[in-house]
Amino acid sequence: MVFQRDVIYLWCSKSIHGILGKLIEKSIEKGLMLSALATVLTTVSILGILLVEAVDFFRDVSIFDFLTDTQWTPLFDDKHFGILPLLSGTFITSLVAIVLALPLGLSIAIFLNEYAHKNTRKIFKPLLELLAAVPTVIYGFFALVIVTPFLQSFIPGLAGFNSLSAGLVMGIMIIPFISSLSEDALFAVPKSLREASYAMGATRFQTVFKVTIPAASSGIIVSVILAISRAIGETMIVAIAAGQQPRLTLNPLVPVETISAYIVQVSLGDVPHNSLEYQTIFVAGITLFAFTFLLNNISFRLRKKYREKYE
Amino acid sequence: MNSNKKNKLIDTFFYGWGFFSTLIGLILLGLFIGYILSIGLGRINLDFFTSLPSRFPHKAGIYTALMGTLWILFLTTLFAFPLGVAAAIYLEEYLKKGWFANILEINISNLAGVPSIIYGLLGLQIFSRVMGLGGNLLAGSFTLSLLILPIIIVSTREAIKAVPQSIKDASYAMGASKWQTIWYQVLPASFGGIMTGVILAMSRAVGEAAPLIVVGALAYISFVPTSPMDEFSVLPIQIFNWISRPQPGFVITAAAGIIILLLITFLMNFIAIYLRNKYQNKYN
Repeated sequence: MVFQRDVIYLWCSKSIHGILGKLIEKSIEKGLMLSALATVLTTVSILGILLVEAVDFFRDVSIFDFLTDTQWTPLFDDKHFGILPLLSGTFITSLVAIVLALPLGLSIAIFLNEYAHKNTRKIFKPLLELLAAVPTVIYGFFALVIVTPFLQSFIPGLAGFNSLSAGLVMGIMIIPFISSLSEDALFAVPKSLREASYAMGATRFQTVFKVTIPAASSGIIVSVILAISRAIGETMIVAIAAGQQPRLTLNPLVPVETISAYIVQVSLGDVPHNSLEYQTIFVAGITLFAFTFLLNNISFRLRKKYREKYE
Repeated sequence: MNSNKKNKLIDTFFYGWGFFSTLIGLILLGLFIGYILSIGLGRINLDFFTSLPSRFPHKAGIYTALMGTLWILFLTTLFAFPLGVAAAIYLEEYLKKGWFANILEINISNLAGVPSIIYGLLGLQIFSRVMGLGGNLLAGSFTLSLLILPIIIVSTREAIKAVPQSIKDASYAMGASKWQTIWYQVLPASFGGIMTGVILAMSRAVGEAAPLIVVGALAYISFVPTSPMDEFSVLPIQIFNWISRPQPGFVITAAAGIIILLLITFLMNFIAIYLRNKYQNKYN
């Protein structure tokens, strides 16, 4: 009797445990799923708030003016809402940065992956990543207080605020974006390709430029696209060192204003909510978001493609 | 023979150029930091840590900004760490391949590339205005949590992925459930990797100024926040404020503030690198 009761008790507790266990397992899974969905919610919210304010903005300002007017003066009495000056400012600072960072970053990737000793690579990789870890407000200080006065000593027409210094310093910051991702791409090229090239009597340099780089090209392009995306969204360096004067120009020696710097400028001031001025930062934001979204999606697709290539 | 020699020369030249490229960025950063130290180090004393910001450069201190940074760091980690790790566990261990997985994948890759200033606009509209938080610590740390969430998710996934299947199989063979396996085996085994990612994400949050400016953090503050509902400033914004001032004395004050901010950032990065090296080759 006692024996039977114990068995029944054991059976009951086990099945209750089982049901309870399953319930716990299920609810944990649901909770984890909610956390993952938070990321989707973030994207939806970003799109939502940008679109709502932008749609409101375009009730007062025509899209045609927005795209073609060559002046951006929402904070003045004579208001113009042409995005082109902010775009040109964003473009020129990013261009300077990429022109500096692309050759350096790519050379670093080739050097560390194809030429350098394994230990050299181990030391320099984390050190280079420090370049991207320095807070950008500090880079802004470097650009304004060190680089601009230095450049002014031999470029006479250089203004105190300019896209050249801001772009150059931003270039230093994005070097690790290009070098690190390009290196991964070079690393993924199978050894057999290189060995085939060496067996034909090619030098390292020939192998790198005729075999390895073409084979890793899509990965290298991804690194450059991500670096561009990072550069056009960068804020504090340009807000500090490139100026706050929206100007439709590609001259790197004069003050400009980027999209991001404009948003900071308005945020620091006292602009009433629900005003047209307030909405301009969201319109500027959605323009910036559109560019980075496009670049990020291209790079995501390319990355998927090249990952499949050698796997 | 001649062309062979030429090719060898090109090879040697490129070796030199590659080495130069690797060093130049670091040398420049070193020079910049050297300059900052030379003008700012003399300004750092105990008063610098305990003084409030001031109109006078020689009196200004980082007390309020440093406290704001510590608050932001604490709150941001508090929100982003559990959320990010939970999302990563779901993506890596539960989610089955398919269209839903693809959407989540693309979405996180996209979020990682959204400029920080856009997160600022999100925080301004949702947290400051709709939720009515204004420019307080809660609004700021919510915003930064969303900003570093993709970083934590990506690095946690990498860490979880590195745990060998054999460990999970062994756990299942002992009768453990899926969650028990994750909680008692996978998470402890990937702890080092997860911490590396979290610390790197925290170091990113410490250096951010732009999104907090947009959300409404103050550039000048004369009190120390004592609760998450208080308004605040952080070190990067305080430094930005000093840089923007015309009086020459503030360059020195800014440099001194930069030394402190750099110390914090580098310290966190070195801890992360140390952890990564320590745990990286655990299973290889």
